[in-house]
Amino acid sequence: MNTNEMGRRSFLKKLGVATAVVSGASSLSSCSSDNKQAASGTQSKAGQGEMTYRVHPTNGDKVSILGYGCMRWPMKKNDQGKDIVDQEKVNELIDYALAHGVNYIDTAPVYLQGQSEAATGIALKRHPRDKFFIATKMSNFGTTDFDECVKIYKNSLEKLQVDYIDYYLLHSIGGGKGIETFNERFINNGLLDFLLKEREAGRIRNLGWSFHGDVKVFDHVLAMDVKWDFVQIQLNYVDWRHASRGNVNAEYLQAELDKKGVPSVIMEPLLGGRLSKMADHLVARLKQRRPEDSVASWAFRFAGHHKGVLTVLSGMTYKEHLEDNLRTYSPLEPLTDDELAFLEDTAVLYKNYPIVDCNDCKYCMPCPYGIDIPGILLHYNKCVNEGNVPKSSQDANYREARRAYLVSYDRTVERLRQADHCTGCGQCNEHCPQRINIPKEIERIDKFIEQLKQETL
Amino acid sequence: MTSKIRKILAGIFFTLITLLFLDFTGTIHAWFGWMAKIQFLPAVLALNLVVVVGLIVLTLLMGRIYCSVICPLGVLQDIMGWFGKKAKKNRYRYSKPLNILRYIMLGVLVVALVAGVAPLAALLAPYSAFGRIAGNLFAPIYQWGNNLLAMIAESMDSYAFYSVDVWLKGGITLIVAIVTFVVLFVLAYRNGRTYCNTICPVGTVLGFLSRFSYLKPVIDTGKCNGCGLCARNCKASCIDSKNHAIDYSRCVVCLDCIDKCKQGAIKYVPRTKAAAQTAPKKDADGSRRAFLATTALMATAGYAHEKKQKMDGGFATIIDKEIPRRKTPITPFGSLSAKNLAQHCTACQLCVQVCPNQVLRPSGDFMKLMQPEVSYERGYCRPECTKCSEVCPTGAIKPITKEEKSSTQIGHAVWRRCNCIVHSDKVECGNCARHCPTNAIQMVPQNPNDPKSLKIPVINTERCIGCGACEYVCPARPFSAIHVEGHEVHREI
Repeated sequence: MNTNEMGRRSFLKKLGVATAVVSGASSLSSCSSDNKQAASGTQSKAGQGEMTYRVHPTNGDKVSILGYGCMRWPMKKNDQGKDIVDQEKVNELIDYALAHGVNYIDTAPVYLQGQSEAATGIALKRHPRDKFFIATKMSNFGTTDFDECVKIYKNSLEKLQVDYIDYYLLHSIGGGKGIETFNERFINNGLLDFLLKEREAGRIRNLGWSFHGDVKVFDHVLAMDVKWDFVQIQLNYVDWRHASRGNVNAEYLQAELDKKGVPSVIMEPLLGGRLSKMADHLVARLKQRRPEDSVASWAFRFAGHHKGVLTVLSGMTYKEHLEDNLRTYSPLEPLTDDELAFLEDTAVLYKNYPIVDCNDCKYCMPCPYGIDIPGILLHYNKCVNEGNVPKSSQDANYREARRAYLVSYDRTVERLRQADHCTGCGQCNEHCPQRINIPKEIERIDKFIEQLKQETL
Repeated sequence: MTSKIRKILAGIFFTLITLLFLDFTGTIHAWFGWMAKIQFLPAVLALNLVVVVGLIVLTLLMGRIYCSVICPLGVLQDIMGWFGKKAKKNRYRYSKPLNILRYIMLGVLVVALVAGVAPLAALLAPYSAFGRIAGNLFAPIYQWGNNLLAMIAESMDSYAFYSVDVWLKGGITLIVAIVTFVVLFVLAYRNGRTYCNTICPVGTVLGFLSRFSYLKPVIDTGKCNGCGLCARNCKASCIDSKNHAIDYSRCVVCLDCIDKCKQGAIKYVPRTKAAAQTAPKKDADGSRRAFLATTALMATAGYAHEKKQKMDGGFATIIDKEIPRRKTPITPFGSLSAKNLAQHCTACQLCVQVCPNQVLRPSGDFMKLMQPEVSYERGYCRPECTKCSEVCPTGAIKPITKEEKSSTQIGHAVWRRCNCIVHSDKVECGNCARHCPTNAIQMVPQNPNDPKSLKIPVINTERCIGCGACEYVCPARPFSAIHVEGHEVHREI
């Protein structure tokens, strides 16, 4: 198979087409369609094509399809060994992104232990205010007190060093006790009224909300007598029809928004990297179709595919992530029906893996008992993908897999922060936007590790 | 030639025995664990008649070859002495034996063993002294080296090496090891085997036997020109070249003299041939070096707790656990009872060194000085591990299987409400119950009238084996809310 692909690749090079769009299987017919695509301007090399923009249906904002998520800025250790944002790198990333057409920047007061807004603000201050749209959120998870909440809002303006916020969100509704929690956070304390007045005053240009979890809250809030300018939802080719327990299929969410004409902002297009760090045979499957494109590019093309999508957020920690996404979106090449079906099949295959739905957002952290929750879950996922989670001691690679799992576990997660120290208190659960039953998953992994250690698998 | 064979054999024994103390993977033990078990004093304590008789026969046959090949402390002194010989050639000279001192030391050991004064016996035992040096001084270097390799392996995404914690297991033991090492180095550097022929009780016992050994090095008076080169290269200071006499109670059969003698006058031959040669006369003069008697310094050094101030922001700080005040100390699985351990253990540190769960550490208690003690701040006695019982050469920790271990009670868990997070933090936990390998812990609602009230652990002490899983995984810090009290005598449950 590989030699076939190589042959096709060199053939395409001769034709002078940079990226092949291989929707069919064999060579000649697909080449002719490539030429058509190329003629209509679908070459995708970073900086070569033009970024795709979407126009906001009511206010006319021309928003880049790639939005910058500021939850995963590069970190470094300061003198005291504390993790702080690497401001120099952030500046470089923001400069590069803006220079290549990105104009939507999304942050929140709680990101990166509260460091994201300030760092983002510093980087953006170096650019004209009209060159970007800034989005931030009302992250009133710890308090429902009106004054405290207003303080969170004012603080955002200050940290971002702006007079107005382009896109302001009620952060992560649908969690906790559903509508009851929503009312406590935004209605009973008069906070929504305040935010609506701020919108009238122009300090908030667009008001919306981000959603995870209980579909009743989604329906209820969307039906409220409030003009929502946008809604942020979790959308990717797995969640489209196979949302995990406690979450809602994105197909439904997007359809509801389309009905109302409310544009969507997409989060978790890549599931925190889970749709790029996949098991080998899924990687091979995606790469086989488009050998020169990244695995992640499939997820981004899917996320941006739907017409109602205003922008797709990506938390790009490294320049390479940014470059890859720019390549995918400059411009966005729509998925064919065949490709959509192919991705749906891929999603089904993906769901067969016992992957934990952790997107490494770290909302659950810090665990009061010191457990490294995302560390444990992501390490497990990594081992699943690498085939190092043996099902029994009879597996062919049992010994290597056991050693790989246990050695890399100690390397990745400090011993006192490992799964065996989880108290099962469940304080983390309410914070998880993916609604993972964290103590249950941790216990499952702990039991598995015990079986590995005691060789009783 | 013969001395070359001796050196090669000694090198093999020394390397492998040292590796027993360094290797934390258990691979070396599987193959060469017997090397610790053929050490004289451990074999005596283990009542291992086969080994004891074997060593006696060996000595009667070949002299104190044990001291130059099998005993790691002896070979270590040869290595130290090599530096001395590098600095100054032909540095040794004959000296008269200090038999009174030797027999006193042997007497002290016997009395200490019989009376159960463990620390004294431990100080005198040569193999244990080596174990402490290897475990406290060599092992950290080995482990740091390993950790460096692990770092490199990690950067290459290889699982060939994994890093291990290097931690101070016992301050007093470390000090004893350092003092022993320094004293030995000074003695061996200057005078060779002084320790072996004045202090070492094993040397004294074997020396008594080796007088009558079948094979021995003998000076051929016909060939000897009296140059004295042999005496000046005898690390045991036992060749009286003037009188062509060798003190066989001190000769460790290193056979260096044979190589040194330019006349070929010394041969390692059977007694029958030796009779043909001149008998030794009484020694007239002979100087001796002053012997340094040094006792170990007693210094109070508790466990140095390195405070792990990990201020990641993303992580809650975890403070180190502290050792609870146990009414009865815990002794390892297989040790049968505190008494059995105290009577047989020579504090060689082999068990401490191989414990992969950081459970064993040398005691700082005077009566059990440097003998292994169990505690669960850094790990617990895991069900799949029986390493300490496999390696113990003295029978202080007797071999035990995983199955036997799971039904042996070395202690029992005790719950303290005030520390439990169910009480202090008002949250659910139950981690102790989840990790109990014998299901000795049940979680019950704390209010008998309210089944929905938070659950607290209750311990069925009849089922508890004292492994410490509960104590280790308990989230309460620095003192666990559940801890193990030892039992003086282990029981079967």
